[in-house]
Amino acid sequence: MNFNSRDAKQWLRMGPRAMFGQFMMNIAKKNKKLIVLSADLGRSSGLARFKIEFPQQYISIGISEQNLVGVAAGLADEGFKVFVTSFAPFLSMRASEQIRMNLGYMKQNVNLVALGSGLSMGFLGNSHFGLEDIAIMRTIPNLNITCPADCAELGKVLDDYASNDRGPSYIRLTGIPGSKNVYDKNYAYKFGKNITITKGKDILVLSYGSILGQIKQSVKDLKKMNIAVELVNVVSLKPIDEKVISKLKKYSKIITIEEHTSVGGLGSVIAEKILKNKIKTKLFSISLPDKFGPTGTYDYLLRNHGLDSDSITKEIIKLFKKK
Amino acid sequence: MLEKINKIRKLSHKIRKTILDISYNSGEPSHIGGALSMAEILAVIYSNFNIKVSKPLDRFILSKGHGFLALLSVLYCKNFVKKKEAFEFQKNGSEFIAHPIMNKSLGVETSNGSLGQGLSFGVGLAISYKKKKNNNSIIVVVGDGECYEGSVWEAAITATENNLNNLFIVVDCNGHQNDGAINKMMTFEEMKKKWLGFGWNVNGCDGHNISALIKAFKKSSKTKPTAIIAKTVKGKGVSFMENNNDWHHGRLTKNIYFESIKSIKKN
Repeated sequence: MNFNSRDAKQWLRMGPRAMFGQFMMNIAKKNKKLIVLSADLGRSSGLARFKIEFPQQYISIGISEQNLVGVAAGLADEGFKVFVTSFAPFLSMRASEQIRMNLGYMKQNVNLVALGSGLSMGFLGNSHFGLEDIAIMRTIPNLNITCPADCAELGKVLDDYASNDRGPSYIRLTGIPGSKNVYDKNYAYKFGKNITITKGKDILVLSYGSILGQIKQSVKDLKKMNIAVELVNVVSLKPIDEKVISKLKKYSKIITIEEHTSVGGLGSVIAEKILKNKIKTKLFSISLPDKFGPTGTYDYLLRNHGLDSDSITKEIIKLFKKK
Repeated sequence: MLEKINKIRKLSHKIRKTILDISYNSGEPSHIGGALSMAEILAVIYSNFNIKVSKPLDRFILSKGHGFLALLSVLYCKNFVKKKEAFEFQKNGSEFIAHPIMNKSLGVETSNGSLGQGLSFGVGLAISYKKKKNNNSIIVVVGDGECYEGSVWEAAITATENNLNNLFIVVDCNGHQNDGAINKMMTFEEMKKKWLGFGWNVNGCDGHNISALIKAFKKSSKTKPTAIIAKTVKGKGVSFMENNNDWHHGRLTKNIYFESIKSIKKN
């Protein structure tokens, strides 16, 4: 899937969930084997039009996420290209064991689309937030975890899963309509590979998901202060791009930034790599705390947790100066 | 018809003996009681439906995963699995263990063992068959104790919503679960009411009576999925194991094994 800067601008206004529905329609036009299922969150997945235009390719499952994953696995076993949607905690926790058995153990080729992960559900609160989903999904063998940075990357990720046999996946959607774009013009996406967004010698920042839009702004501001940040989009949390190891060796300070708890996310992934490869560096983490926080608008929550671009800039300066 | 019934009955006897042989050979405790209660159910399914290895026409999903000893036995009796392989049951490193591990080339459709998951998978298959205009059937076996799992009922709703008349569930009502006799709210009679309440076409029958089971499968519906509520006896065929929950998961010593074989020969 290719795009131009006009598409990127338009998609930003639509947001990841509406765009998910759009991208699925584009795929459905070409691929009659595509089936999309949702546990009563079709509208919330931007699938309202999809349902009408492709009724044979949409299955509405009631509010039953465990059942949703099992039914999807049966369809995948029969050769359909299956995507399912629900909110991040309902998939990763309510249906966790179904995912372990059907996708992990049996390797049924189901793509789980986790809507509204991170803090993006705003006033719906902690019951709906995806705070711990990566930590949980990461422990299940054979499951890919992919976290697109913006709508354009989401389109590329969906296209890649739809047209290749990548095995089961957990696709994590964060951000809301208006969340800053990371990619303004077309670029090459490759499954399982990191993408370097900015080059810099002073400090290495690793992140994923829509928070990259905030960090990109910070990197610009830091450049004005003569701090050169190497910013890497770790779009694939699993499998992890092993090339990251050579990069970890090059920097004396590394920061992971994520819209996920400090437990078991990218910070943990990188800490494991550093330990295993005996790399001498300093690792810092900017993430959500290991507790249930307040609720409010998405912008408020990002500020509250120091994940807006201004707070990130300040924190990077602090860590950069730290001896 | 009588000839057919006799043939299936013979198969069920062979399954029962194989359950004991394989279990004894393993030297380990295994789920004998819940395997013995399924012998006739599996004999009927594997005779009445067109189940083939690798490219099955009708599909069989064992949701009560701890019944794998019985499934392995029928796969052996139907020559899907060779003797040497079957007798690897519960040997170190074997893929034939207490619960099924998916192995399509040997006729094991799904990995199971965590209860309450097989019906959703079966619903997915049944929807697939409808989409492909494939007129074959999907058969799922669950235990009565397994029906405490909420996900069974989630799948039960999806099955009726999608008019899956190509889907059968057999509830092996052997009246026992791990910790003992099943509660009065989950008995054979209650189970029928529950599946009826969920909108299924329900046929209750004696789960050890071959012709009754055949009839129950025949009385399917044009619009609804069919639930066959099969009243069975846990440990059926071995007198001292019947309704004795010590044999939910037990080890056959040499003496007990020979006594068991003697007992099934009398029945």
